[in-house]
Amino acid sequence: MQVSKCLLAALSLTALAGTVQAADEVVVYSARIDELIKPVFDAYTAKTGVAVKFITDKEAPLLARLQAEGENTPADMLITVDAGNLWQAEQQGVLKPLKSAVIDANIPPQYRSSTGAWTGLSLRARTIFYSTERVQPSELSTYEALADENWEGRLCLRTSKKVYNQSLTATLIETHGAAKTEEVIKGWVNNLATDVFADDTALLQAIDAGQCDVGITNTYYYGRLHQQQPDLKVKPYWPNQNDRGVHVNLAGAGVTKYAPHADAAQKLLEWMTTEEAQALFAGLNQEFPANPKVPASKEVQAWGSFKADAIPVEVAGKRQAEAIMLMDRAGWN
Amino acid sequence: MAHPAQRRWYPIAFAVALLVLLPLSVLLFSWHEIDQKIWAHLWQTQLPRLLGNTLVLVLGVGVGVTLLGVSLAWLTSLCEFPGRRWLDWALMLPFAIPAYVLAFVFVGLLDFAGPLQTLLREWFGSGVRFPRVRSTGGVIIVLVLVFYPYVYLLARNAFLAQGKGLMEAARVLGLSPWRAFWRVALPMARPAIGAGLALAIMETLADFGAVSVFNFDTFTTAIYKTWYGFYSLTSATQLASLLLLAVMLVLYGERRARGAVRPTNERPRGKALYHLSGGKAFAASAWCGLVFACGFVIPLLQLIVWFWQRGRFDLDERYSALILHTLYLGALAALITVSVALLLAFARRLAPTRLMRSTIGLANLGYALPGSMLAVAIMLAFSYLDRELVIPLSSWLGGAGKPVLLGSLSALLLAYLIRFMAVAYGPLENSLARIRPSLPEASRSLGVGGVGLFFKVYLPLLVPGALSAALLVFVDVLKEMPATLLMRPFGWDTLSVRVFEMTSEGEWARAALPALTLVMVGLLPVVLLIRRSARRLG
Repeated sequence: MQVSKCLLAALSLTALAGTVQAADEVVVYSARIDELIKPVFDAYTAKTGVAVKFITDKEAPLLARLQAEGENTPADMLITVDAGNLWQAEQQGVLKPLKSAVIDANIPPQYRSSTGAWTGLSLRARTIFYSTERVQPSELSTYEALADENWEGRLCLRTSKKVYNQSLTATLIETHGAAKTEEVIKGWVNNLATDVFADDTALLQAIDAGQCDVGITNTYYYGRLHQQQPDLKVKPYWPNQNDRGVHVNLAGAGVTKYAPHADAAQKLLEWMTTEEAQALFAGLNQEFPANPKVPASKEVQAWGSFKADAIPVEVAGKRQAEAIMLMDRAGWN
Repeated sequence: MAHPAQRRWYPIAFAVALLVLLPLSVLLFSWHEIDQKIWAHLWQTQLPRLLGNTLVLVLGVGVGVTLLGVSLAWLTSLCEFPGRRWLDWALMLPFAIPAYVLAFVFVGLLDFAGPLQTLLREWFGSGVRFPRVRSTGGVIIVLVLVFYPYVYLLARNAFLAQGKGLMEAARVLGLSPWRAFWRVALPMARPAIGAGLALAIMETLADFGAVSVFNFDTFTTAIYKTWYGFYSLTSATQLASLLLLAVMLVLYGERRARGAVRPTNERPRGKALYHLSGGKAFAASAWCGLVFACGFVIPLLQLIVWFWQRGRFDLDERYSALILHTLYLGALAALITVSVALLLAFARRLAPTRLMRSTIGLANLGYALPGSMLAVAIMLAFSYLDRELVIPLSSWLGGAGKPVLLGSLSALLLAYLIRFMAVAYGPLENSLARIRPSLPEASRSLGVGGVGLFFKVYLPLLVPGALSAALLVFVDVLKEMPATLLMRPFGWDTLSVRVFEMTSEGEWARAALPALTLVMVGLLPVVLLIRRSARRLG
């Protein structure tokens, strides 16, 4: 009995004393899933010998954990899949503003935080998709026009609980003001062909199957589905080409405020904006590289070029709460 | 007043309750500030509708699981009909399918763009009408199919334990089988059915995965929206504490309804009591077979189809690690949780004071909260302990002054213990209550007491209950997602983590591989347990 007590005490002491962390590693909290980041990290490890450890979860729990851990956090970097979430992370003070000539040179300013707290790494348009069987592209023009009566019973939307729709609505509010935006959203809700969907892929399949004629989703969902089903009877349309352009969102990352390996993390982040990493990072998910010097994948290039909304993506974060309340009032569930 | 011998049980019960209260107190402390803007908005646009939805869901699932669970348990435990022998254990299998998996299979298979409706349109033209799939009825069906095993398992054990002597007596007294069921068997099985129903309702209230596949808004959805959308963890925890209150009412109601009925331990059954024949036998086989097909066979086939179409390309050597992690966590958590629950059940039996009852009630509350809320509350509690206790202590001992709890395996196991205590406690308390006090008294008079009494008398009688409890916890841990996601150590990905990653991207077909593996891993103990208990009692 005594011996086992001594053993136990010794064991717990060893545990408390802890081990010194290896210098050559970066620890990442990621809201981007394993298969979309691991190949990038593996490439970095192969090149530099720096190991990258990560866990995946949704943004909100990861942010809560970063905040709770404070200066004791093991995390060096946070990756999220929406600009609104990056803005939130910056507001909550868990990210460290960086001064990096490499990032500034590689990523256009509207896709970065104005303080340098985070940078976009890949872009996705949230655009209109239409049925090639039942819709002529000439019938389409803008996001706002989808509220017109001639789309009644033909539109499909994803749930307003998804941050991508919240960001889209936030930029609409920034452009038109709340009153006009609410009118547009009410028009969309009025035109719904069926209950809103839980995800974008199901929505695209519904257009293909004939449940609805048009819908709004992120481009990469289309890219993935189109690669699996080349005969998909759905195509992307680039709206608002005569005014502000297509709504663009991003996946991005920042170095945490109390990063134990801050320098190593900054080097990794800088590398992720370079041409070498960008093609891989964006290509894994059929996205547009945030670095304009890097060409997109073949699938993505086939969709043609378009004018993107130049509004700084930070707006999505600033107006997110306002957007949610507006969508709730308009009855978008 | 508690007897000194009873008081000896207090420290252990208090310690467990304290562990559970630690994260729950995070919820209570959230009330120090109220965001009026968010509350006013929720009240005006969301809560009335969501409360209505939640009520309908709880009622529907409650009625559904009771009807299914009790009728199936009655048929398989007391009647004889074709297929009974294998349906008896097969009807437990849907429990291995996580609610979120059945939900996406159901929607993927039946919705407008799914294979069934596409086929119907090809045959009968595009005018063919099909009921709305992503509807209130759809959610209720899915949740009933995944949660009825709680009622089935406990009711079945109760019916088997009642034995046939009782029912024969009822028959001799002139009751028809139907009336004997209503007047004798059902009232006696009520505590077990109530316990199963309470678990099913708690699961329903806390469910987020399945309802979000249907985009069916419940009170729990509002919690997540407040947290993920408004980034107000405070308001979200406030909402969660209201949900906790509702669950405490459910539990209180269950205890009250249980009343003075005491479970008994009769001789196990020999041959079946009612031999069904003709139309009745066919109806019994058809009913059990239908539930089994809808709850297990069809979803499994759809998963296999998806696996073949998409999932098999993802199968690589990493899956052996995923399976090992999953098994390891499930087994360890089941062992720990059942051991602690057993201690609590003994404490409750040997020191049945009011204080003890309330303490144990508190210790069982972890199950009631939506997984993510509990996960984040535990995470906050552990990081608080790390900051205030572990790091100063570690620095003082000359260590690295690093947090130890959060991100460690033991913290994750503690989280499982807090979350699934109620799951293990219910069956254990039930089977302990069936041991008449005269039995240990007789043993003591024969000179067997203390540890010997436990190992020679209690343990053999508790094995079936303990195995049920361990199985429930094991399978629940396999399916658990939010706490595993948030608190797993680096590199400790499990099958449910992989399911999360795929479904979060809307890749249902590719989620079939981890989901199918998860079901297979969960099935093994289900089959073992049911076969074992059928052998002992059947």
